[in-house]
Amino acid sequence: MAAVSQLQRQFIEYATSLYNEGYLDDQFTQLQKLQDESNPDFVVEVVSLFFEDSEKLLNNLATALQQKIVDYKQVDSHVHQFKGSSSSIGAQRVTTVCVHFRNYCDEQNLDGCLRCLQQLNHEYILVRNKLEALFRLEQQILQAGGSIPMME
Amino acid sequence: MEDDNAEDMEVEILSSMWPEDIDAAGKKFNVEKPGVDQDLLEDLTFNEEPTIVDFQRLLELTNYSEKGSSQLSYLVKNWEWKQENAVRLLREELENLRKQQHGFELKKLEILEEHRFENDDYGCDKRPVSILDEVYEIFQDVPKKRTDVIVQDETLEIDDECDANTVRYWKQRALHFEKLLSISVQREQMLLEKLEESIEKLEKQSSPVEELSQILKRADNFLHFVLQNAPVVIGHQDKELRYRFIYNHFPSLGEEDIIGKTDVEIFKGGGVKESQDFKKEVLEKGIPGKREITFETELFGAKTFLIYVEPVFSKAGETIGVNYMGMEITDQVKKREKMAKLREEIAVQKARETELNKTIHITEETMRAKQILATMSHEIRSPLSGIISMAEILSTTKVDKDQKQLLSVMLSSGDLVLQLINDILDFSKVESGVMKLEATKFRPREVIKHVLQTAAASLKKMLILEGHVADDVPVEVIGDVLRIRQILTNLISNAVKFTHEGKIKIKLYLITDPCLEDQIKHEENEPQSHGNMVWIRCDVQDTGIGIPETALPLLFKKYMQAGTDTARKYGGTGLGLAICKQLVELMGGRLTVTSKVNHGSTFTFVLPHKVPQACDSSDETDDYQDGDDNGSMDEDDVNCGFFQFKTQTLGSLFSCNGYGPTHELTRNEVGSDKLDRASVLENNNTNHMTVDQDEDRPFHDPCIKKNRPSNLNMMRVDSSTTTSKSSARHKILLVEDTVVNVMVAKRMMKQLNQDMDVVNNGVEALRAVQRCDYSLILMDVCMPVMDGLQATRLIRSYEKNSNWDEARLAGVDITDQMSREPRKRIPIIAMTANAMSESAEECFTNGMDSFITKPVTLQKLKQCLEQYLPSQ
Repeated sequence: MAAVSQLQRQFIEYATSLYNEGYLDDQFTQLQKLQDESNPDFVVEVVSLFFEDSEKLLNNLATALQQKIVDYKQVDSHVHQFKGSSSSIGAQRVTTVCVHFRNYCDEQNLDGCLRCLQQLNHEYILVRNKLEALFRLEQQILQAGGSIPMME
Repeated sequence: MEDDNAEDMEVEILSSMWPEDIDAAGKKFNVEKPGVDQDLLEDLTFNEEPTIVDFQRLLELTNYSEKGSSQLSYLVKNWEWKQENAVRLLREELENLRKQQHGFELKKLEILEEHRFENDDYGCDKRPVSILDEVYEIFQDVPKKRTDVIVQDETLEIDDECDANTVRYWKQRALHFEKLLSISVQREQMLLEKLEESIEKLEKQSSPVEELSQILKRADNFLHFVLQNAPVVIGHQDKELRYRFIYNHFPSLGEEDIIGKTDVEIFKGGGVKESQDFKKEVLEKGIPGKREITFETELFGAKTFLIYVEPVFSKAGETIGVNYMGMEITDQVKKREKMAKLREEIAVQKARETELNKTIHITEETMRAKQILATMSHEIRSPLSGIISMAEILSTTKVDKDQKQLLSVMLSSGDLVLQLINDILDFSKVESGVMKLEATKFRPREVIKHVLQTAAASLKKMLILEGHVADDVPVEVIGDVLRIRQILTNLISNAVKFTHEGKIKIKLYLITDPCLEDQIKHEENEPQSHGNMVWIRCDVQDTGIGIPETALPLLFKKYMQAGTDTARKYGGTGLGLAICKQLVELMGGRLTVTSKVNHGSTFTFVLPHKVPQACDSSDETDDYQDGDDNGSMDEDDVNCGFFQFKTQTLGSLFSCNGYGPTHELTRNEVGSDKLDRASVLENNNTNHMTVDQDEDRPFHDPCIKKNRPSNLNMMRVDSSTTTSKSSARHKILLVEDTVVNVMVAKRMMKQLNQDMDVVNNGVEALRAVQRCDYSLILMDVCMPVMDGLQATRLIRSYEKNSNWDEARLAGVDITDQMSREPRKRIPIIAMTANAMSESAEECFTNGMDSFITKPVTLQKLKQCLEQYLPSQ
């Protein structure tokens, strides 16, 4: 059981770091609370859904911003979506970027938008990797026979 | 040849060829043991009268054929020679005797001389008369003296001196001659008589008849002697194949039955005609011949004869008949056949032996193969699994990113190799005949579901996996689950591998027995389930890249792949299909494929399965009620025939349609939760598609969904509302477009023990409101098509006016339902992302009751519900 406790410690450390660094916020904790024995994979599922959604949105944004004549309303609606979903799962930094992005859309500032898109990509990938690592840790704990510790 | 004599004394001798049971007529002439009845012969006195042969006639007879005449000439020569011999011998004898006589006479003379002229000076008057003097006539002439020779001369001397004596002399002379004449006449008489005698004697003693008949007799006796027990019959037939002569014929037949008749007139039965024809042939061809003929007659049963027939030619060269010889060889034929049979049997035995040896050899090889496989399995897999396990453990230790990457490669490679080894070993197993099939009960629907689930879980592409199981497929069948699973997995993985977009379908249904035609007798076009055997057909259909026609025949060969670079592009060993085919065929089925390039392929296999006799499904399903997770099956799911899996990166979600008659009214949370999620996902997925493809695909009305088979959720929700109004649950409508938000909200609602319907925009919300009574609506503000504010406005108008005029004005295609009573006000809660721009003011203005800010938390929702739902 030494392995389990060690893994669990690792998990807590890592998760805490994520919160500290602003990758995740309280909403994520909320999600975790929604997970129980009847739905052991809820968080993972939601997050996966988010990833998919995000990738699509990012593609769409890229496409939209590459148009000769940029439809800022369209772009805005995409960003709005992205903001909504990222805030739902607690991907804080992503949400923040979305807010900025929206401002640029209102301004119809193409440069700003493009920069924001780049940032958005970056943040998204970061949070994705972090979350995936977190999940892997969870898997290991589970495989080792332990249970995932709750975050405060 | 005509020889009446010989015929008269003919003795019929029994030959061993004839059966014992001949009638009395035949027995009369049978001499079983000739020696015994020899006295028979003794009683008879053979009066052989000397016959006079008519040489002329004889010549005529023998002239019929060369042989005859030659024989006759021979006989005659023989006799002549004998005669000559006799003559010669007699002459010699005569000569000898004459010589002897002469000798004796001389001797006599000598002796007489000696004795006669003894003493001359004796008294002359007295003549010494010796005892040898009888020769002399006493009273005759005076004995002569030596010196005195008087020759009695009987010659006629005419002495002129004695004239007087002439008459007397001539009278004397005449008398003398008379005497002589009479003597000579007598002598002549005697000679004639003697001649007569000798003529007779001649004839009697040395006539050719004698010779001939003797020769005949000798020959005849010899024949008799030799053939008395021999199974040989000899005969002569004329041009018309009438018997002129028969020797050693069947005992029960008499001469009169044979002579003058043809074969077919004498016998009746099998083989008679054949022998007759053969004889005719010989007659015509003029060439002697041998033939083996099997007879089957009433007369003597079944016998096989070897007959030799030769033609008889006249001096002119024409055929005048045939000589025929028949030998019974029935036993020999039997023996010959036995020998042939024996030889056959020996050959068969030898063949069997070689077969057995082969089998032994094969069995030995199989044993060895098994051993090798077992050894290989162990030897190869142990270290391999060691490698993989170590890599896994390593991956759980503290490793940095790069190391993790390397490890994951190691692990996936290891898995691949393990898979490969398993494939190869499986293949060897099937090939060497070591593979044993199990027969266990299993549920085909479960298997399909699991296979699809597993495939979906590891899918990286956007594909739909579907399973269709026909109703008539039995709940449980007997078969080798493991192998079937293996086959399905293989086919599915191939399908997934080669399909980049679209659907992969597994279809399972019953068919009539493909081979038996008795099917037609039983039920027309219905799958045979009598004798509890069913044929299940499985189609694995994909919309992938397809297979070119040229590659189709090679597909199932081992190590073959459809293209030369397929391995490079798609990986794989090329063993999968070969294994599948082998396994299918081992189980008594067939695996086939149809394909169209760029459209897709369908792999089909048909397998026979036994159906277990009585399955108490009602009891078993209770077991499935408890428990959750993938293993759980409700009553419906036992008969569930349709599965659909969409690709997820992780996890397993499914929607299931029950064709069963009953619906569970009180569902456990788990089941419905899953289902809710499923329908949400479907929406989300369709949503995704809309977003991606930029189509204005209308979202399905949640209430319409209940008509679609794939959304059981609505059906369940419906049933719950229709059956009980006093249900604890209220209907809540969530109007939200972002999938993630939907999922989170739904989950939270579940935690709060509430069902929730979901729509994705304002228009959908209107429709939902029209169809159903909702206790609460959670309305997102920013949505495509129609935002929340407008939707709320229109709903409020509907509530007020009981019609959708405003909505139609706004351009929404929606119809009124006049039967509805006026709706009461539904609490509508706005979900705002930003409380500022989507301000509270605006919300309230448009008719909303309250708002909650996103992100939605459990607490917020709880408060909402508490506030706006009637307490229960």
